[in-house]
Amino acid sequence: MSQRGSVLPPLVDRHILTSKTRNDVGVGAFAFLFSEIVQYSQTRVSNVSELERKLADVGFDVGVRMLELLVHREKAGKRENRILGILSFLHTNVWKNLFGKTADSLERGTSADDEYMISDHDLLVNRFISVPRDMGHLNCGAFAAGIVEGVLKSSGFPARVTAHSVTSEGLSRPKTTILIKFSPEVIERDERLGS
Amino acid sequence: MSSKAKGASPGGGDRINSELFTLTYGALVRHLLLDLESPEEVNKQLDKMGQNIGIRLVDDFLAKTNTGRCRNFREAAKTIAETGFRMFLGCSAKVTQIDDKECKMVLSENPLTDFVELPEKLQPLSYCSLLCGVIRGALEQISMKVECEISKDPLKGDERFELHMRLVEYVNEEYPFKDD
Repeated sequence: MSQRGSVLPPLVDRHILTSKTRNDVGVGAFAFLFSEIVQYSQTRVSNVSELERKLADVGFDVGVRMLELLVHREKAGKRENRILGILSFLHTNVWKNLFGKTADSLERGTSADDEYMISDHDLLVNRFISVPRDMGHLNCGAFAAGIVEGVLKSSGFPARVTAHSVTSEGLSRPKTTILIKFSPEVIERDERLGS
Repeated sequence: MSSKAKGASPGGGDRINSELFTLTYGALVRHLLLDLESPEEVNKQLDKMGQNIGIRLVDDFLAKTNTGRCRNFREAAKTIAETGFRMFLGCSAKVTQIDDKECKMVLSENPLTDFVELPEKLQPLSYCSLLCGVIRGALEQISMKVECEISKDPLKGDERFELHMRLVEYVNEEYPFKDD
């Protein structure tokens, strides 16, 4: 591809830290795009959980790439190897870069040691979505769950990640909780590394 | 009720990091390629999705900007270039050539293609055909039937990104509108 090489340098040779790539787009652009993704995905699946899986798959691709970008840009190439480290990286750096703010809370599951929850009261991907009644428990936050899964998987923390709507009093809309359940080997490794 | 206040804030002024948008679009294209298998089908699908977006986006655009009615093709093309691209994609476009029926515009930058390189076997893929669909869908809503295509694409070796719009006809609105 000599013709292309003469115009733009190969992708890996371009700067990733410039202000150019940090340009902002209108939130509408993303909302419309995401809505089309949901609608398209609906035509390829037959039930709600398949739809969530499909959205998570799309998010997964985003997560894998976002991790690479952020590790270079914000952590000078250093990757996390502890559970708490990677979780706070998700809660703070990843969220801030993707959604413009840190997530609202990061908690440890009460019932199991290997479960953690990241919650957001106003998750960007759910802001413009209303779920029809016949699709009951669908949560398009599955896309964000996919991003989290992608980040975790490619930094060596395989986990099962799912999105849930949690209603609580005093809130006009349900908050989105992303439940992370780490694989046993991750917990084992973290214990071995000690504190 | 802070979350309510945030949720209710008008989206027009809200901006988000373009990387989320870029990567999401990329992920979508990758999944379309896996699902539909042929790049030509993907082009068609992207164009269709763009049109769906355009049909709805024009409302958002008119509600949030104080643009008057675009009476003709020239005005519409200028509005798209000067306001539309900035509002949604955060980049500006320059109309380089315009007459009553045709228009060419060049985008200063294209957030859709950050981080993107097309492998050789995907040369038939028109990565940004979503944009053409958006423009067509949006103008269709204001009674203009246009054709739009990407005439220059940096992903294919050109030095800039250029869109070519062609007016097919002005569509008259039909009264009365049917209810169904």
